[in-house]
Amino acid sequence: MNDKSIISLQDISYSYEKKVVLDHINFTIDKGSFIGLIGPNGGGKTTLIKLILGILKPASGSISLFNQPIEQFKDWRKIGFVSQKSNSFNKGFPATVFEVVSTGLTSKIGYFKFFTQKHKASIKKAIELVGMDEYVYENIGNLSGGQQQRVFIARSLVSQPELLILDEPTVGVDTENVKRFYELLHDLNRNQGITLLLVTHDTGTVTKFATDVACLNKTLHFHGKPGDYEKLSSEELSRAYGHSVNLVSHDH
Amino acid sequence: MIADLIQFDFLRNTFLTGILIGIIAPLLGTFIVVRRLSLIADGLSHVTLAGIAFGLFLEKKFTFILLPPLYSGLAFSVLGSIFIEKLRSVYKSYQEIAIPIILSGGVGLSVIFIALADGFNTELMNFLFGSASAVSQGDFITILAISILVVLIIYLFYKELFTLSFDEEYASVSGIHSKQIHLLFIILTALVIAASIQIVGVLLVSALMTLPVAASMRIAKGFKQMMFLSIAFGELAVMIGLTSGYYLNIPPGGTIVVVAILILLITIGMKKLRIRKA
Repeated sequence: MNDKSIISLQDISYSYEKKVVLDHINFTIDKGSFIGLIGPNGGGKTTLIKLILGILKPASGSISLFNQPIEQFKDWRKIGFVSQKSNSFNKGFPATVFEVVSTGLTSKIGYFKFFTQKHKASIKKAIELVGMDEYVYENIGNLSGGQQQRVFIARSLVSQPELLILDEPTVGVDTENVKRFYELLHDLNRNQGITLLLVTHDTGTVTKFATDVACLNKTLHFHGKPGDYEKLSSEELSRAYGHSVNLVSHDH
Repeated sequence: MIADLIQFDFLRNTFLTGILIGIIAPLLGTFIVVRRLSLIADGLSHVTLAGIAFGLFLEKKFTFILLPPLYSGLAFSVLGSIFIEKLRSVYKSYQEIAIPIILSGGVGLSVIFIALADGFNTELMNFLFGSASAVSQGDFITILAISILVVLIIYLFYKELFTLSFDEEYASVSGIHSKQIHLLFIILTALVIAASIQIVGVLLVSALMTLPVAASMRIAKGFKQMMFLSIAFGELAVMIGLTSGYYLNIPPGGTIVVVAILILLITIGMKKLRIRKA
């Protein structure tokens, strides 16, 4: 763990019954970085995120969040999360963009307290930040998949997190919107100073935007700069993925 | 009718109770519908019936016990709601199985207590289909207390309940005590069902919780608007239903539900017209 790291996983293992999913992982996230977490299905990416979020507890090893052991960590608003399932919400749910984004402040405000003008202003600011200000009072079900995903990012941003974790957020989003989505993430990282951990299968694109790439398949096969990842041989990639792989770069 | 309302306490109690349940049933119904728990209201209403039958049985067989059926119904309903939550946590992948279990359990117990109390009587019929003359002064005060409690809790926990309803996983991850709040909500539901039964009846109470919401869902923009529209529709259905039930001398439960269905059909028609115009 270095001075810059805000998340640190040390010697982490996790199994679902007898199946080992993560095997002695050491992984750190540095402040200000944009990490693309890649790897095959079932390689343990979502499990790793659930461990960081405290949803699962590791079988062995230790996790520290913002220099605190996870067991003592209370300031969860520092971590924003956009799940794989966000987009599979009930499309008929009659909630406006404003109402959905406001749920990002619920736990920050706390019980028996109400939204103030200041909270309402920060909700509108988060919506503006993701470029959805035209749709503040539109029902979320009427928006496209890409727009909905932006709303969920705004929901995570409204509590002003220092780290934003996104678990395959572009599943079901059309190509044009995926490109705009990556540009938004790039902006959040560069101009808003938010640290990003993005789980994705889109290796070609993430290597263009991320500052770091980590490849996970039960163990951490690679963690370094995108340029170095692209230099990996087909044999090394195939070893990480467990089957034959060639890296293809594209702009979408 | 206004003269009758002034003259007869029972009629005044019924109408005031109607106003209250016209607010609280659709208010909770909004959360029930969006969380896809509509059938829970049916399950709980049948458990409430078992409680009422139990109360009537005690009243008949042990005359020294003074337990109004509303209270035994309330107790059964709350216990039933806690039992539903237990079942839902046991059958995590088949949570809906809790509803037929609780519904059939409720009907089974009702049959037993009704038989032990020597069969059907008018009072029981009132609870099945609702009545325009069933509400005593004591019952009205209990229902008023329940209504104040429900509105207060929804007001205090609105943002948590909304977050939980929209995305349960996100609510849990962000540190909201989902389980406890859900339990509180389901207990409130049980109270509202037991309170509404005297007017709407066991068999139709879930309709008052869901039909106004189904109608407002078609035209509302946003959740809050849907909630207030549902209350307006619920209130309209209860008032028209009670008045027409009084004049036609029929149980108000039926007329309330028919009016609620008419409102639903009108909103569906309005939406279609709006789409065609666009």
